Amino acid sequence: MDAAALATESAAVPRHESAWRRARRNASVRLGGVVLALLVGVAIAAPWLGTVDPTLFDAGSRDLVPGKVGDITTLEGETIRHRFLMGSDSFGRDIYSRVIYGTRVSLSVGLLASLLALAFGIACGLGAGYVRWLDGVLMRFMDGLMAIPAILIAIALVALWHASLATVIVAIAIPEIPRVTRLVRSLVLSIREEPYVEAAVSLGTPTWRIMFGHILPNCVAPLIVQGTYICASAILLEAILSFLGVGLPPDIPTWGNIMAEGRVQFNEYPHNVFFPGVFLAVTVLAVNILGDGLRDTLDPKMAKRV
Amino acid sequence: MRKLVVLLVLASAMGASNAQEKVLRTIPHSNLSVLDPIWTTAYITRNHGYMIYDTLFGTDAKAEIKPQMVDTWTMSKDGKTWTFKLRKGLKFHDGAPVTSEDVVASLQRWGKRDTLGQQLMTFIEAMETPAPDTFVFKLKEPCGFVLEALGKPSSVVPFIMPKRVAETDPFKQIDDYTGSGPYVFKKDEFKPGDKAVYVKFKDYVPRKEPASGTAGGKHVYVDRVEWNLALRDPQAQVNALIKGEEDILERPAFESYAQLKQAKDIQIINRDPMGYQYMCRFNHLYPPFDKASVRRAALAAFNQEAFLKAQVGIPEYYHTCPSMFTCNTPYANTAGSEIMAKSNMKKARELLKESGYDGTPVVLMKPTDLAAIQKLPDVAAQLMRQAGFKVDLQAMDWNTLVTRRAKKDPPSQGGWNMFCTAWVAADIWSPLSNAALDTKGKNASWFGWPDDPKIEELKAKFARELDLAKRKTLAAEIQEEAFKDGTHAPLGEYVNPVAVRKGVTGVVIGPGDFYWNLKKN
Amino acid sequence: MLQYIARRLLATLPVLAIVAVLVFLLLRLTPGDPAAILAGDAASPDQIARIRVSLGLERPIPVQFGIWVSHLLHGDLGESFYFKIKVSQLIAQRLGPTLSLGALTIAIAVLVSVPLGTLAAWRFGGWLDRALMGFSVLGFSIPVFVLAYLLIWIVSLKLGWLPVQGYRPLADGAWPFLRHLILPAVTLSVIFIALIARVTRASVLEALGEDYIRTARAKGLREARVLVRHALANAAVPIVTVIGIGIALLIGGVVVTESVYAIPGLGRLTVDAVLARDFPTIQGVILFFSFVYVLVNLLVDLSYVFLDPRIRY
Repeated sequence: MDAAALATESAAVPRHESAWRRARRNASVRLGGVVLALLVGVAIAAPWLGTVDPTLFDAGSRDLVPGKVGDITTLEGETIRHRFLMGSDSFGRDIYSRVIYGTRVSLSVGLLASLLALAFGIACGLGAGYVRWLDGVLMRFMDGLMAIPAILIAIALVALWHASLATVIVAIAIPEIPRVTRLVRSLVLSIREEPYVEAAVSLGTPTWRIMFGHILPNCVAPLIVQGTYICASAILLEAILSFLGVGLPPDIPTWGNIMAEGRVQFNEYPHNVFFPGVFLAVTVLAVNILGDGLRDTLDPKMAKRV
Repeated sequence: MRKLVVLLVLASAMGASNAQEKVLRTIPHSNLSVLDPIWTTAYITRNHGYMIYDTLFGTDAKAEIKPQMVDTWTMSKDGKTWTFKLRKGLKFHDGAPVTSEDVVASLQRWGKRDTLGQQLMTFIEAMETPAPDTFVFKLKEPCGFVLEALGKPSSVVPFIMPKRVAETDPFKQIDDYTGSGPYVFKKDEFKPGDKAVYVKFKDYVPRKEPASGTAGGKHVYVDRVEWNLALRDPQAQVNALIKGEEDILERPAFESYAQLKQAKDIQIINRDPMGYQYMCRFNHLYPPFDKASVRRAALAAFNQEAFLKAQVGIPEYYHTCPSMFTCNTPYANTAGSEIMAKSNMKKARELLKESGYDGTPVVLMKPTDLAAIQKLPDVAAQLMRQAGFKVDLQAMDWNTLVTRRAKKDPPSQGGWNMFCTAWVAADIWSPLSNAALDTKGKNASWFGWPDDPKIEELKAKFARELDLAKRKTLAAEIQEEAFKDGTHAPLGEYVNPVAVRKGVTGVVIGPGDFYWNLKKN
Repeated sequence: MLQYIARRLLATLPVLAIVAVLVFLLLRLTPGDPAAILAGDAASPDQIARIRVSLGLERPIPVQFGIWVSHLLHGDLGESFYFKIKVSQLIAQRLGPTLSLGALTIAIAVLVSVPLGTLAAWRFGGWLDRALMGFSVLGFSIPVFVLAYLLIWIVSLKLGWLPVQGYRPLADGAWPFLRHLILPAVTLSVIFIALIARVTRASVLEALGEDYIRTARAKGLREARVLVRHALANAAVPIVTVIGIGIALLIGGVVVTESVYAIPGLGRLTVDAVLARDFPTIQGVILFFSFVYVLVNLLVDLSYVFLDPRIRY
């Protein structure tokens, strides 16, 4: 982002307003946004969408084909008849319920991992951009972290600690922090040289005011775009961790888990992998499309980079 | 030009002889990493041991002990001297003959690591080697399980190694894999995580009887056996077998049998009818399972059918067994098992109330990566919750579970309350070898640490009893006491038939996975 | 130039040092005891304790680190807790399959995506462009193992064209080697085709907007020559950059592919080592991967010299 381009753009049009409005009109943003909103709706409304407790099973209802009716035993000991819309897995659990409830987990993992990576990345990026000595140390550390393949960090962290939602989110967020840090740091370094920032400094504005008043607002757009990409890869990474056997425990239904458990029967009963797979692909697709649209409208400079 | 012709002829001759080599390709049930079957109890290493080592006695398909390397043996009238004579012609892979010194050194190393071996060694005053083919046990007092110990089919097996190898510290792994078994281990072709290769040992002298279990003649009709260690994905394993890229799938996941049954070139053979027994184990050191009444409440809530149906699912492959000792073996009995005959939630709730159960959650460890047992904890959790227990089902990979269950810390600080597992039938059919019945409290050798001096007393009597009928009675008394105390919950038995391609014949029936006697067309 | 290379290589040392410390600490400070796993299912707590001592895990952490580093400086990555084989030997054994898979994947990806991306940029806004962009987003969105199972089911089982799993080293013959690698490489390349095609399209698009393209066309050059000799050549730097990023990402993608296709490579080795708490192997492999990543970055930067005459070190 060189000074000339920034100057032209800030002189031409009040940047924030029209960029956001443009974003709302963009076809990709609309498509991705609507699909995601639908999914969030499904996640929130899960208990009322004809589902049962996703952990309940009945050995007599194993491997039912989608659409068949079978028994489910509740915790109180009573047995109810239930139509298995997406079939049942090898325990006898209802895949439809698991996929619907899995929406909650997958979306939370995506969102929280993304937010966590952004939060830490912003903090480190601001620190590195502003404090000289911190810059050297932090960037070396980030280089080291980036050198380790993300999936290996995630596997190591989840396998070695307790397999829980929190661990998985942290394990997925950590490898993404270096890239966010770099992004924020480069933005900080370039914006600091801007005339209006220099003016603010000479007026005696405290540093934190400059950070929050000038620097961060300019970071919002690229960070949102980066955030959506992190969200997409987080959802995928969770599925891969489950596939490798180091993801969330199986009684928490996630799309990755359902596929991991069902994969041994892929040839016979593909519905175990098909339904969660479709949901996963659609969600990640929607997030990616949303990210593309946001990038094209909010941060055209970045469009040229990737 | 002539050189070229000679080369071509040579090349085609080599090609031809290679084409004639019979190779058996198998998919073992787990990755082979440790190559010392005395150092670890892992079943995959035991299987590796059976390829390249031989044993003094073996267990046949009827669970009877038969001689293998031993030719004849006698016991003195007072029961304190046992004399064994080895068969003629036994050789190690490097050509050296097997002598009694090798035997004694191997038994000593085994005796330091195996629970049954340790018990045997407490009876032995001295082991002597009066002749190269004769070794003698001098006992302090008569011992009822000498042959049982020497012929035990499963971990840890008293494999016979050369003296120089057997002198390795029992807590360090060996690195010389010379044995006297029907196959030779090709150390140079071993690639961890990729493949293990065994070739036929041409100088092996099999016994004359037909092969049965680990007894009988171990004839080898193939030239090479290759274990595929890289193929761990269950669907890929089935695919490889169906396509003919592999010949044997050692332990198919239960969900795979449907596909395997439909495939036209696959046969499913129940080669280990004794199979395995499931059990859930309580941690007796901490609440809520530190009280016998709470343990019995769980027993009352359980019924074997629920576990077996969920985990195995195929009715021909499982059966309930109301005994802590493998059904259809000499010591199986039903004493004390009424409490588990069917789920009695009312009784469970009563017992819980009596014991003053205060809602402490049960930390139940669930393994995520072992298909054969991973559904048991879910069933246990569901049944216990119905009975009024609070259950905290924690999932982890098997390796973490194995680490955690060794800890004696409180459950909230990295310890545990309960886990479920499967035992090879051959490991638990007798009160002495059944690790779950070691009730020495904190010093017990297996995790859970039950404390019941009465069981230990009865076991000591059993060890010294030579009469089979009296031993059976003692076994029943031990089991009755164990159910009263709630040492663990036996959950029924199952088999895991092997899947082989149609051209493979001669599968050995017995307690384990054996690769001799196999012919491939 | 040589000075630049030397400086860059030296600069990798602090990075590798940080990686070493991070990984070492991570392993030692998390629960999970290699001794218990090694001892097997029926071992007593006593036996487990003795194995811990024999593995050197009882010593204080700084001492363990010191010992490891001193061995490292002699080029010794230590010995696996499990296999009684040197870690460097394990890595050497498993390197071949991963390298072959990676090379074939990148080759397929580049050969497919660069022309496709160039064409899409040339026909900007047309059906090919839209189709490509659509496909590339799809390529990012399907998890690798789902794609793998689908391809295996269709190509190996139903059509019977290719084997289901396994790896044959080049020594066994060129055709068996390729036969076993095609399906895994194609599966893995989908993501990279998506990634590289997008960047190619974007860079070529930018290059096509430059003045020198107008000049070239005005001179009467054939369109193909304009595209390749002028547009693509000038777009090369970002494309090579993303190929470099792709190679780094490949390390992660290889893990799943090796699991499904039973290829005995480094990815699978790492997962197994992590699950088994085989500390020396985990440390060695991660250090190795980091070194490769740093090396790839250096090679990409050096390649700029050949691609862009304005860049000189």
